[in-house]
Amino acid sequence: MAASAKVVYCLKNRHKLQIRACPQERGVMKYLRHFLNVSVLVIITTFIVSLLLEFLPLLPQQASVEAISIDTMFSMHFRVISFLFALIVVFMLYSLVVFRNRGGETDPGDHFEGNTGLEIFWTIVPLIIVIYFAFIGAQSLADVTRTEPDALEVDVIAFQWSWSFEYPAYGVTSTTLYLPKDRQTVLNLTSRDVIHSFWVPEFRVKQDALPGKDFVRQLRITPIKTGDYMVRCAELCGGAHAYMNSPVVVVEPEEFEIWLISQQNAGETGDSVTRGKALAETMGCLSCHSTDGTTLVGPTWKNMYGHEVTLIDGTRVMVDELYLRRAILQPNDEIVEGFQPIMPSYEGLLTEEQIADLIAYMKSLE
Amino acid sequence: MKVLKLGILWGLIAQCAGSIIGASLVMFIRILMGRAPIVNSWRVDEPLMVVGGLFGAIGFMYGVGALSDWIKIMRGREAPLPHGHDPRGWSRYFGVSYDHKVIGVQYGITAVGVFLLAGLFALVMRTELARSGLHILRLDNFNTLIGLHGIMMIASILIGVAALMNYLVPMMIGATDMAFPRLNAFAFWLNIPGALLVTSSMFFGGFETGWTGYPPLSAHTFPGVQMFFLGVYIIGLSSILGALNIIATVLCMRAPGMTLFRMPIFVWASLSTSLISLTATQLIGLSFQLVMFERLFGMNFFNPDKGGNVILFQHLFWFYSHPAVYIFVLPGLGIISELLPVFSRKPLFGYRWIAMSSLAIALVGFLVWAHHMFAAGMEEYLRVPFMYSTMLVAVPTGVKFFSWMATLWGGKIETPTPMLFVLGGITVFLFGGLTGPPLGTVSTDLHLHDSYFVVGHFHNTMFGGFVYPFFAAIYYWFPKITGRRMSETMGWLHFWLMTPAFWLMTGGMFWVGLRGMRRRIADYDPALGFDTIHLLVTLSAFLIAISVLIFLGNLIYSAFFGEEAKGNLWASRSPEWQVPSPMPEHNYDEPFVVTGEPYDYGLPGSVYIDLHPRPPEPVRGQPPQLEPATGD
Repeated sequence: MAASAKVVYCLKNRHKLQIRACPQERGVMKYLRHFLNVSVLVIITTFIVSLLLEFLPLLPQQASVEAISIDTMFSMHFRVISFLFALIVVFMLYSLVVFRNRGGETDPGDHFEGNTGLEIFWTIVPLIIVIYFAFIGAQSLADVTRTEPDALEVDVIAFQWSWSFEYPAYGVTSTTLYLPKDRQTVLNLTSRDVIHSFWVPEFRVKQDALPGKDFVRQLRITPIKTGDYMVRCAELCGGAHAYMNSPVVVVEPEEFEIWLISQQNAGETGDSVTRGKALAETMGCLSCHSTDGTTLVGPTWKNMYGHEVTLIDGTRVMVDELYLRRAILQPNDEIVEGFQPIMPSYEGLLTEEQIADLIAYMKSLE
Repeated sequence: MKVLKLGILWGLIAQCAGSIIGASLVMFIRILMGRAPIVNSWRVDEPLMVVGGLFGAIGFMYGVGALSDWIKIMRGREAPLPHGHDPRGWSRYFGVSYDHKVIGVQYGITAVGVFLLAGLFALVMRTELARSGLHILRLDNFNTLIGLHGIMMIASILIGVAALMNYLVPMMIGATDMAFPRLNAFAFWLNIPGALLVTSSMFFGGFETGWTGYPPLSAHTFPGVQMFFLGVYIIGLSSILGALNIIATVLCMRAPGMTLFRMPIFVWASLSTSLISLTATQLIGLSFQLVMFERLFGMNFFNPDKGGNVILFQHLFWFYSHPAVYIFVLPGLGIISELLPVFSRKPLFGYRWIAMSSLAIALVGFLVWAHHMFAAGMEEYLRVPFMYSTMLVAVPTGVKFFSWMATLWGGKIETPTPMLFVLGGITVFLFGGLTGPPLGTVSTDLHLHDSYFVVGHFHNTMFGGFVYPFFAAIYYWFPKITGRRMSETMGWLHFWLMTPAFWLMTGGMFWVGLRGMRRRIADYDPALGFDTIHLLVTLSAFLIAISVLIFLGNLIYSAFFGEEAKGNLWASRSPEWQVPSPMPEHNYDEPFVVTGEPYDYGLPGSVYIDLHPRPPEPVRGQPPQLEPATGD
């Protein structure tokens, strides 16, 4: 559409004529039909996208009170995402189709340089929306971190590359996190070495476990569905980070009591090998050392005792009690060929008796 | 022998020599102290590695010739700028040149090279993840690869940003060169030893920390982490010096009549980005240096047993690394704003608002770093204020999007390859932006933090905010560099292969992330049912790699056999297109005078610059008359 001579005259002499806008620049009326089309398309697209986001199984199952509040927040986000995505994409595609150069056209597009009112409008409205979102976000956070007085306390100890769960009120230590349904649990998270992160996707919430006595961090979870879950370390912690998983079991409160009692009794019985096996599980040895001959991050324990191994410096060593003791306390002094010096030292973490139990267990794996 | 004259060859030789000298120095001092010269093996002896690496980098700078002029000046000799006497032809790109256009292209080649290497790391990683179970990599290899992929991509983007700014800013503002040409060359050449050092970490056992290098893991991991720290330190220094140069150039060397609000919009983006680089980069250097010293000298900054604090590192680290993402995207968004009016044949809607939104993003970007730490165990009362400041970033970003849509509206839109990449970039960045608020709201972030959702979000923002605009810029300014245009057919193929593959890739990442897939894991539980999606993500990654190979082929083919394009190919109003391509040695024969607005497409009789001003030059800072002087 060629600009008429009148419009050209107006544009050139706008200051002399003292008019603010030339006929061509009054966009709204000219584009009214297009704006109506776009509005309808934006509404339809928003509707389709938000339906899609609503009904696709985007999130894992909801297994905690915290998850309910977080999922409400998610669906609000999804709705805003649907609208804004539709708004920009529809505007863009519509312009691409309607205002395209239909081949060989040499005249320019319509001349308008901006509109301060419009710019202020689309600064202020998003500003109000994001402040509102931050506000309800803060409320949602308050929901998620709400504390209940009778919460069950569990000390969670993370280490390379497993978890250990202690129930201080009952004197129970476990490699599986047992939780009663419908009761808040407060997890006191700490780490023995590097930073780890506690995450059960079904519970939604996540918290890093930091090393250091002064850096115990709390996470509160109120499970609402019985079942088996898995806690997975979410913060890169080197080596077997990918395999740093431990089972989480949510049971009815009565069942939880029964489990606690059985655990309290189990600790007192058993011979050296059984105690060693339990220890190997709770201390996380088995996340790197297999007992069935497969090679993980560290050498397997199967058929290890009483055989010679080659170290990286070429020397050969007999695996006896003395060697195993050294391997537990100063693990990186003698590295077996094909492995890396990454095992943390267990000096100060194990008593002499416990070391003996562990070695007894290793001996039994023939 | 032309090869023997290449500066880069001598740089590499001198880097080897420097490394040996540095390492020998440490051994010599140890012998003087009556100790063994090497502890264990040289591959795990960190003081040897670090001092060797540092001396190697200095050696490179000396060998390549980036220090020659300064040494001459120190010795009281004359060192005139050899501008204009560069050798012509390809060999000038492989040695020290003070021409900002040559340096821009050098940056560009380096960026693409590092991008390919980092992309290769990604392909190896993705192959491992195609199916659950461990197949081709060991755990420590995988953990090293994710860190290398991350940091090399970041280096590639920083170098790519510098390529755009170095090549375009002086031409756009009518300067003959950058404010400090020697510093410019020095800043560029730092990147080569820096990138080599980072890559060399692979040969010292790698590092298992990811690119974030959080202690205490980074204080205990393999010695390769020291090379990673040192390399990033050197690339960071380059970034700071480059930014200083851009700011000085923009503030002091604009053509007469070019007031701040008459600069091409990309210059605003460069200025904003450089303000961040200049003032924030020190913090990543500092945080890495602290860990480096913790390892070398046993300083317990981050050792909780000795009173250290691991959270402190994260604050220091993110104080740079969050604003850094705006360093990456602001120039890309500037390219989008620059190209949209050209291909819509319309003025840029709300020029001042877009210019100010870049500055606003840069400033607000400094106030949001702790949103990376919502689940990290920092003081809990910090979460809510950082949620508010984070959400604020959406406002200036929104202004950009709305203004872009208004720029397209009512235009005469053409879609050659550069415009395709601009539009693709807008949509990809839009989705990257929209997935930001769920991460910025604390409660939803407690689920999403450290999941694949973050990986998807980051890839969308980086591709939309940098990679797509960078490709657009290459297709758009390639004729300016070579005098030939790139093949449209291959460009079209590149775009239409990369875009669906990219959406499939990040779509899969968002999906598994929401469903519970953690980031940075070498293997995942088959019970989660992610195998099919991971396979799709891996296949899309390979499709993207193929599309990039097509781009590379196009680049090389067109440089030699492309269709000639010496004029104003895109009918742009920008100053650099008003002179013939390739750009003349000194850009403009005489300083041009700015007489109008930069984006007045469709306003009859309006001109932006007058290449041959007849009347005496107006005083800088005082805009000439507002109405174009031409016409009746």
